[in-house]
Amino acid sequence: MATAPLIETRGIARPSGAPVRPSRWRTARNRDRLLAAATPVALLVVWELLARTGLIDARFFPAPSSIFDQMVTLMKSGELWTHMWASLQRLFLGFWLGLVPGLVLGVLMGLSRPFRAAVSPLVSGTYPIPKSALLPLILLIFGLGEMSKVVMVAIGVFYPVVLNTAAGVMQIQPIYYDVAKNFGAKRMKVFRTVALPGAMPSIMTGVELGAGLGLILIAIAEMVGAQSGLGFMIWNAWQLYSVQTMYVGLLVIAVIGYVMSLLLGWVARIVTPWRTDR
Amino acid sequence: MTDQYTTTALRDSRPQDGTAEPEIKVCVRGLLKQFPAKDRMVTALDSLDLDIPRGQFFMIVGPSGCGKTTLLRILAHLEQPTAGTVEVLRSTEGRPENSMVFQGDSIFPWMTVWDNASYGLRMRGAPAAEIKETVGHYLDKTGLTAFADCYPHQLSGGMRQRVSIARAFANDPDVLLMDEPFSALDEQNKTLLQSELLRIWDETRKTVIFITHSVDEAVTLGDRIMIMTSRPGRAKAFVDVPFERPRDVLELRHRPEYGEIVYDIWQHLRDEVNNAQVTAPQSQQRRWFRR
Repeated sequence: MATAPLIETRGIARPSGAPVRPSRWRTARNRDRLLAAATPVALLVVWELLARTGLIDARFFPAPSSIFDQMVTLMKSGELWTHMWASLQRLFLGFWLGLVPGLVLGVLMGLSRPFRAAVSPLVSGTYPIPKSALLPLILLIFGLGEMSKVVMVAIGVFYPVVLNTAAGVMQIQPIYYDVAKNFGAKRMKVFRTVALPGAMPSIMTGVELGAGLGLILIAIAEMVGAQSGLGFMIWNAWQLYSVQTMYVGLLVIAVIGYVMSLLLGWVARIVTPWRTDR
Repeated sequence: MTDQYTTTALRDSRPQDGTAEPEIKVCVRGLLKQFPAKDRMVTALDSLDLDIPRGQFFMIVGPSGCGKTTLLRILAHLEQPTAGTVEVLRSTEGRPENSMVFQGDSIFPWMTVWDNASYGLRMRGAPAAEIKETVGHYLDKTGLTAFADCYPHQLSGGMRQRVSIARAFANDPDVLLMDEPFSALDEQNKTLLQSELLRIWDETRKTVIFITHSVDEAVTLGDRIMIMTSRPGRAKAFVDVPFERPRDVLELRHRPEYGEIVYDIWQHLRDEVNNAQVTAPQSQQRRWFRR
């Protein structure tokens, strides 16, 4: 058996005196960014080539360039903007309509045991219902106007917010309530200085999940019961067999979702400045 | 349940001359605390009597589970006694009766150091100028001025406990309650914070009731030490600490009397610690807010 060397030298010998300066551009982070941008671009190039050479069926997978052309056409005609604006408006209104009751109910559930006992069977009992299955009922109740779409978004936002808020308030360490009481905080101040900030990280998680669900539901709702919006645009394109328009609709929805999550991430950093994992 | 808290009318609490008996700041009579356990009542505290003079640094030592935290929580109005009375002599109007330095992490993670330290003053609506001056003073005293805008997660454990101490002192209560504030710290930090605490306390010489499981800490900090029996918690013995003020935390340990007092307390504690090993300890966490 060979004897192991007593001292093992590792690393790279450094010319004496030469300062080790980290390269400004060749960082792991920049490499990640490059890779993240490269894969979609590569995919698009491959897709374009396959569509042009006829290796994939261009009727179902039209070349990215033709989708882009269609997007420009829809922008110029103003059609895209009209539909986007309609969807955004419904999203915005529905967001607040779901958020506010979700927050209030969630905080009350977190703080009051009797309230939680009374309300949580209702909330957790209706939560597993696929929200899209509610659409016919919502259309029946609220009609084909704007309200039914707004309500669908609100339902999507409401559930994650109420559940995460209640859970967020409940996981606050009891010692913080002891501190508040010992330092003379009255009930409203306990709410403002302990319950709300303590639950805020969880609330923001609920809001982000809710916003995502709202986006899904608005697309579905617009396909069935609307004459405008991105969901309608996609559905209409199916009927007109304009595959490129479908892809444009999908792309725009994806961009809206992405911008929304950036926006909410920014809001989360503002309302929970003590968090490091953001 | 019998009568619980009585707060005597505001009295003149100016320092008395040396010959007079010092006033009693905190007076506890016949304190009893029972918790419902599975099928029986557990007695945490039994027939406890205490007289703590104004300005005394009063230490409570006892085995774990002896009800010392329960006693402090009753004094802090976080628990109600089953029977007995607690009387606190109040000084000036508008001042809080007590402020507690809690065991472990108790400063709000969502507030900056400044907001944490000013919490008590803000909650009782103190004028902005007073908040600025008082909080600034105690942050300065605890070496936290440069960290005023930091959040707790940016601080070490010792720094966080300094914030907790600053928060209690800045609230300017009649009585300071401390529940093993240094138990989570390493030995060096503990010694450092003990001497800082004594330095800050020397300015005002408030009445302090301090719980610890460390005999050394009790002798280092206290004027008088109560040794408690294991469950149910009763007063087993009182030991007076003769060291002068202000004290040097390190020099103190050099004195021959120091060792004698520590040994004396251990004699009292030995049986109780053994007892506590036999009877299963039971921690009682109570939530006041969610019921």
